Amino acid sequence: MKKIIPVILIVISAVLVAAGCAAGQPDSVFAKAATVCLECIGIG
Amino acid sequence: MDKKKRFAVQALSTLLHNADFRGFFTGRISTSPAKSVCVPGLNCYSCPSAAGACPIGSLQNSLSAQKFRFPYYVLGLLIFFGAVAGRFICGFLCPFGFLQDLLYKIPFFKKIKSFRCDRYLRWIKYVVLLVLVIILPLCVKLTPFFCKYLCPSGTLAGILLAFSDTRLFDLFGTMFAWKACVLGIIILASVLIFRPFCKYLCPLGAFYSLFNRAGVFRMSVDKNRCDGCSACAKTCKMGVNPSESPNALECIRCGECISACPHSALKYTTVFNKDPAEKEESAQ
Repeated sequence: MKKIIPVILIVISAVLVAAGCAAGQPDSVFAKAATVCLECIGIG
Repeated sequence: MDKKKRFAVQALSTLLHNADFRGFFTGRISTSPAKSVCVPGLNCYSCPSAAGACPIGSLQNSLSAQKFRFPYYVLGLLIFFGAVAGRFICGFLCPFGFLQDLLYKIPFFKKIKSFRCDRYLRWIKYVVLLVLVIILPLCVKLTPFFCKYLCPSGTLAGILLAFSDTRLFDLFGTMFAWKACVLGIIILASVLIFRPFCKYLCPLGAFYSLFNRAGVFRMSVDKNRCDGCSACAKTCKMGVNPSESPNALECIRCGECISACPHSALKYTTVFNKDPAEKEESAQ
């Protein structure tokens, strides 16, 4: 059981990443990361 | 683990997290396609040299988006990092952790190893994760609470960005003053206390800690070799007793206990390796 849990977690993460890629979520991550986040730097 | 080797890995990781130096000269942040991938450590994506996306910032951005979509991609990456490495990322890869390590090296006549409420304050980071990173961004749209009110990495990014584009200095107001105070307190505290932000506030560390007992990367104790001398517990700056709980939530896998153990009872391992006790059983 101890050995199966990490494998299950990695499989779940792969499924989630694949689902996110299919939904175009890397583009929204990019859109936020490629523009200055005003809240982050203390302006917004 | 050799301290010099860990230092070299941390420095390299910080460079890789911040590999796009052009921003320091142009005053603009990187727009390379690599920014669609989250980095494992806490590194603000508004830093002029940031090469990837901050996982905590991206998670909050997804949760607080005008039109909610479950953050499959960011959560998947976070679970992957956690399941593979857990808090090894804190100890070896996180740029903000590295900064705190450097600050702790500054000599001071009295370093604080532990204090009365230390144990209880460690739970704050789980509250930060739950409230500032998940619940509030879900409830209030377009507001990344952790980034806006607490994240010292973002403030540092803002300062670096302002030096690259001095017009930003005119825009700094009350909110920046608050964030600069938080950053200042964390910097001062880091000189006195080992990694105060990691111990008490970091939501990324809180998330990865959940995988210390369930991930691939582990630490193990050879009970046949351990004589309970507590040399490991005495050397641990995170306040863990590795001989009793080698995969404690607070362990950042720095490996100082491995070096300190006079009997070589502690070692890095993976969940797929057999425990020394199991090995002995199967040999018999």
